[in-house]
Amino acid sequence: MDVTPELVEHIVDLSRLELGPEEVRGIAAELERVLGYMDVLNRLDTEGVEPMSHVFPVKNVLREDVVVPFPFQDWVGLLAGAPETDGETFLAPKTVE
Amino acid sequence: MEWTELTALELGAAIKKGELSVREAVQGALDRIAARNSAMNAFVTVTSERALERAEQLQAGVKDADSPLYGVPMAVKDNICTRGVPTTCASKILDGFVPPYSACVVDKLASAGAVCLGKLNMDEFAMGSTSETSFYGPVKNPWDLTRAPGGSSGGAAAAVAAGLGWYAIGSDTGGSVRQPAAHCGVTGLKPTYGVVSRYGLIAYASSLDQIGPLCRDAADCAAVLDVIRGKDPRDGTSLDGQYGNLISGLTGDVRGLNIGLPVDCYGDGLNGEVKAAVLAVADALKSRGAEVVEVSFPVMEYVVPTYYIIAAAEASSNLARFDGVKYGWRAQEYEGLRDLYCKTRTQGFGPEVKRRILLGTFVLSSGYYDAYYRKALQVKAVIKEAFDKAFQWCDLLLTPVAPTTAPRLGESLSDPLQMYLGDVYTVSANLAGLPGLSMPCGFDSKGLPIGAQLIGPHFGEGQLLNAAHVFQMDTDWHKRVPKGGGPA
Amino acid sequence: MRWETVIGLETHVELATRTKIFCSCTTAFGGAPNTHCCPVCTGMPGTLPVLNRKALEFAVKAGLALNCGITRYSKFDRKNYFYPDLPKAYQISQLYLPIARDGAVSIRTAAGDKTIRIRELHMEEDAGKLSHDPGTGLTRIDYNRCGVPLIEIVTEPDFRTADEATAYLEKLKETLQYLGVSDCKMQEGSLRCDVNLSVRLMGSGELGTRTEMKNLNSFKAIARAIGYEAKRQIKLIEEGKRVVQETRRWDENMGATYAMRSKENAQDYRYFPEPDIPSIELSQAYLEDLRSAQPELAEAKRIRYQAEYGLTEYDSRMITSDSVLARFFEALVELGAPPKQGANWIMGEVLGALSARGMEPKDMKLTPATLARLIALVGDGRLNRNTAVKVFEAVFDSDGDVDAYVKAHGLEQVNDDGLVRETAARVLEKHPQSVADYQDGKEKVLGFLVGQVMRELKGKANPQSANRILKELLTQ
Repeated sequence: MDVTPELVEHIVDLSRLELGPEEVRGIAAELERVLGYMDVLNRLDTEGVEPMSHVFPVKNVLREDVVVPFPFQDWVGLLAGAPETDGETFLAPKTVE
Repeated sequence: MEWTELTALELGAAIKKGELSVREAVQGALDRIAARNSAMNAFVTVTSERALERAEQLQAGVKDADSPLYGVPMAVKDNICTRGVPTTCASKILDGFVPPYSACVVDKLASAGAVCLGKLNMDEFAMGSTSETSFYGPVKNPWDLTRAPGGSSGGAAAAVAAGLGWYAIGSDTGGSVRQPAAHCGVTGLKPTYGVVSRYGLIAYASSLDQIGPLCRDAADCAAVLDVIRGKDPRDGTSLDGQYGNLISGLTGDVRGLNIGLPVDCYGDGLNGEVKAAVLAVADALKSRGAEVVEVSFPVMEYVVPTYYIIAAAEASSNLARFDGVKYGWRAQEYEGLRDLYCKTRTQGFGPEVKRRILLGTFVLSSGYYDAYYRKALQVKAVIKEAFDKAFQWCDLLLTPVAPTTAPRLGESLSDPLQMYLGDVYTVSANLAGLPGLSMPCGFDSKGLPIGAQLIGPHFGEGQLLNAAHVFQMDTDWHKRVPKGGGPA
Repeated sequence: MRWETVIGLETHVELATRTKIFCSCTTAFGGAPNTHCCPVCTGMPGTLPVLNRKALEFAVKAGLALNCGITRYSKFDRKNYFYPDLPKAYQISQLYLPIARDGAVSIRTAAGDKTIRIRELHMEEDAGKLSHDPGTGLTRIDYNRCGVPLIEIVTEPDFRTADEATAYLEKLKETLQYLGVSDCKMQEGSLRCDVNLSVRLMGSGELGTRTEMKNLNSFKAIARAIGYEAKRQIKLIEEGKRVVQETRRWDENMGATYAMRSKENAQDYRYFPEPDIPSIELSQAYLEDLRSAQPELAEAKRIRYQAEYGLTEYDSRMITSDSVLARFFEALVELGAPPKQGANWIMGEVLGALSARGMEPKDMKLTPATLARLIALVGDGRLNRNTAVKVFEAVFDSDGDVDAYVKAHGLEQVNDDGLVRETAARVLEKHPQSVADYQDGKEKVLGFLVGQVMRELKGKANPQSANRILKELLTQ
């Protein structure tokens, strides 16, 4: 298929990445080549084949509804590894209006 | 033979008998790491102090220990969480991440008396076949330091081959245990999907990822898998293997075992020396009473594209959480939330990771989902069916692990598609959730190890390990020790 | 009226489980920020979700009660988008195989009865809470709500008025509360509603372009937003402009909706099957068990109360409007209280006392046993109704002991005819004019005389006895 710079830019945007114009062209060419190779799948007739998301039938794995607090310790608390906090919440640039 | 060249089980027995202390074993491993790691770059983090402390604690319990691996030093791939020890996935974006929990396997190994020496280098987020995409620099193959050790568990394979630990825990999404095991001349096992809990394994492609051991021989693999397997309430996809103790299943008897040679795996693109060495495995097992049959596996051309579509799709979602807000690395300069996300991710991920995120985002995106992702899930069903058919004719399949032996450093990265194609023999076991074992079966004219792969049906680990064990009773490829990476 | 409004509702309801949908953290409301969290619900790498058995059960129960078909083979999917309240950058939800589909809810409004079709009901996880910190200009992120189990109930575009939408939501709330699957507290966000709305010319078979309104946190706001948005769209069309398909936010203070930034509108969620959660396969036996354990819902109770107990429709509706009240009423009846008297006490004293105290039925301490005892005492003639009301007030707040109170305050009814006759005679002596009036045929003075007897006996007399005895004495 034809991979346009616009398509690549859209995908880059959805992925929350940034690419310069040069890189966009590079990725477009590369993606076109990889996708071209993947077109081999179209040689296989899969009409009526159920897509297989889970490879074999483990099912109904359920947990009991019992509260078990996670044993955090001071040196590895929930916020301990966060780039920016106020001691009780994570902080991010302005999000809400 | 030096005691540093013992297998894990032999070392465990020696410790049990009091022939050497846990501390001596740990110190021995740390000395070898100090001497050889700088040349190989197999470790991202070495936890010397912890390991020595742990050795002291364990020594007191040697007499009462019931695990055959008690006191044996080992190491863990750096995409497996270790409480209180940095876990980076060899990525800048996880720089500074110290998980407040350990992976299920890490807990299980600790209960069995393992001593962890540190965290092993790998391809960033396990995406790569050479262990060159690491933020911490490439791993080098101890058989030839100008070559890659394979990947993504390259640090694990190199460390075990060079004696920097008696065994290692890796992860295998498309061959990441088996292929580096082959390139480094060690034995590696990817168990049936679900047999080992993924809790604490930082996901690359959740439906394909499976943790497995890299060891000096098949018996060690059996011993390690006996420790780490089993249903975990924290992993809904985990299950109990339908087999008993794997070590006691190593009977040394393969009479009547039906070994299938998928003819489609021995065609174009396979290096002649590799082909000859792998086929010699069939002959060796035949001489022990196994039967060899040719079987058809007519889906080989589909396995790599199917694998890359599914793996990339899941990866694009699994890696979306790395955004510089909750943990890990954050870009220094940004303007607003969106820019924080974009800058952190663009600067925090390496090129191969970004390439796969983009591919994965594309195949899931509106308008392309059916043509790529849904199609791949359908082909996955077809591939699974092809295995089911093959296993009507045989008990396990014998194939190469990789088309060639270890490539030169830098040779593969220039052409991603070519690198992807190198995974052709390993990815199908992941797609179908089957167990696969890689073992040394010879050396090429350059002195590089060659690996053979055995693939079994679901829960066929026992048969794979026993067949490999029988082969290793008659051969000594697995006992060869590389001299690379400084003084032994 | 030329224009018709077409409305569909998407309602998110928090399930009343103890723990979150995929981990063992508490779902308790409130708590210091980020204290009801663990590595799983905050999306730390390597962690995995495991489905809460109760959340599944509650979702299926809700589906059954809304007359849906339950999906015997269902799965979870990932909905991918970046936002700081979503720590994994995907929400685990159900797109392809939701747990329930094709249901129906009947509603009643002033305009009559109507059936609203339910398109689907699916399970998903709630997100965290963002708040703006004016001091730093940054956004604070609290993940306590993250991973609380939700069901999203999506209707077909079957509503035509705000009244219908409100009636549906009332019915939905009542049903889910009866099931015990949610407390449906809008002020705590456990019931939230998005409104899809379009307008079209009356009689047109085609749907107009719709907008989606979010951030509606009261029934009143929903009704106002529907009114505003319908007018806005009609005005646009009448001015020859186009309605843009977009998400709009309701501003309660402005009483208006406004469009969210277009970036937020341009979403591609890239749904795909959640690989970490095995599929759900429900057996016939499981569904039968849940179906047979379904409690009787308000609608059925209303009909039964009228047929079986002879209550009025109004009383039945009032009592069943709250599941706690209905259970209270049924317990009274089970304890032997005559249904009509039980209903009268609830409609009068109980609701009165609750409203005077600004309380909800579920906060009430008074037990059915206590009220049943009071009713029994009145029935036995040991307490008269007026005194009983006083006793009720005295025991209501702490579920006091009725018998002890009556005894301590000497309130037991005087059933001694001799004493009443003595007292009545004394009253007649004191009020000769009344006696004369009565004998002149002014029978209503009897009431006054009964009152005097009751007063002499400090209200403890049985009014019927006083009445009978006075009549006897007056006609002697």
